[in-house]
Amino acid sequence: MAGFNKVVDSYEAAMAGLEDNMTIIAGGFGLSGNPENLIKEIKRKGTKGLTVISNNCGTTEHGLGILLFDKQIKKMVASYVGENANFETQMMSGELEVELTPQGTLAEKMRAGGAGIPAFFTATGYGTPVAEGKEVREFNGRNYILEEAVTGDFAIVKAWKADTFGNLVFRKTARNFNPLAATAGKITVVEVEEIVEPGELDPDEIHTPGIYVNRLIKGTFEKIIEQRTVRS
Amino acid sequence: MALSREQLAQRVAQELQDGYYVNLGIGIPTLVANYVPAGIEVMLQSENGLLGMGPFPTEAEVDADLINAGKQTVTMAKGASLFDSAESFAMIRGGHVDLTVLGAFEVDVNGNIASYMIPGKLIKGMGGAMDLVAGADNIIVTMTHASKHGDSKLLSNCTLPLTGKGCIKKVLTDLAFIEIKDGKFHLLERAPGVSVEEIAKLTAGELVIPSHVSEMKF
Repeated sequence: MAGFNKVVDSYEAAMAGLEDNMTIIAGGFGLSGNPENLIKEIKRKGTKGLTVISNNCGTTEHGLGILLFDKQIKKMVASYVGENANFETQMMSGELEVELTPQGTLAEKMRAGGAGIPAFFTATGYGTPVAEGKEVREFNGRNYILEEAVTGDFAIVKAWKADTFGNLVFRKTARNFNPLAATAGKITVVEVEEIVEPGELDPDEIHTPGIYVNRLIKGTFEKIIEQRTVRS
Repeated sequence: MALSREQLAQRVAQELQDGYYVNLGIGIPTLVANYVPAGIEVMLQSENGLLGMGPFPTEAEVDADLINAGKQTVTMAKGASLFDSAESFAMIRGGHVDLTVLGAFEVDVNGNIASYMIPGKLIKGMGGAMDLVAGADNIIVTMTHASKHGDSKLLSNCTLPLTGKGCIKKVLTDLAFIEIKDGKFHLLERAPGVSVEEIAKLTAGELVIPSHVSEMKF
């Protein structure tokens, strides 16, 4: 009986069922808190035609960026893609469809998707290219645009610690989009640095309750730093 | 003399008030943190999920799990808090941040701002800028007054895709501090040694010049 035990024993098992043309929501802000081993497994599987929803598309060499080598991504929904050279090339040549989405709107789209809210109004993007084709409503004298929620066939998430029930704790700014992504996947897969027994995490410290998590795996992480800046 | 990047940051820092929560954009705005006036406490918000951003870490303190919106390693100040991206933008969109400082390619007399995309040339994305300009009431845009070729960036109408519509009220350029109201630019201050005529020449949108324009003080 697995009960509430979400732990799987291989990355292959973690991403089982991912098929061509599916939608994946990924946590991470740049490479910080990105589910790097789950991404590597998607690369290994060679799944194609993916729609990926994530704040960034990694860098040229790391994170989601590695899915561009074999052109596995058909469409990218992101707020900022400036750190990946292949991205611009594939976008300009029309091989990669891109939907630039304001960062706060992207976070809210995931939150809404996970919370059963199909759409929401926001002032962000009103009067800009982001508003094109979207419904506009006035509330209290101000204009807002209608943004639709997102969900994924899979959500891939990196947390710091978990118990075997999938209760998650994130660490520092590696939290970012991860808790939101976790709520918005039909199948939510989480990789962590440490797995403990149920009861070992203080219920008050749990950021994401295990109800959102379907599969859990312990990994080892490179944790690449994009901009290493130090003071003397 | 046009202001240096450091002077731009210094002048913005004069607008800080004790107890302000502040979001600083990437580039010149980041430098503002170096010039917080003595005796004033401000808390820096980083859109990736940190309120209370501290200085860059020492080599020993570097942590891949602690970065700012520019993806640079940072530290946390005393009293810092951490949260997810939806919470971060609830703060921003909900108008809880007291001052936002960000860069731009163009602004116009109607308070429109273009800062994220040059069609056919530069496609990086807006990041959090659209949320920041839509959510904040108190925004200072820092930018150069004109391009290297002398083309004004303070226009009657922005020519590039907009980041936000009718949301900018204050612009600090390397030549002048300008307020936007009633569909016009209003000259508030000029950079030391820069003449009103020079500013007027490089301002394409309608510029209202009061009888006396004081020099910025540092």
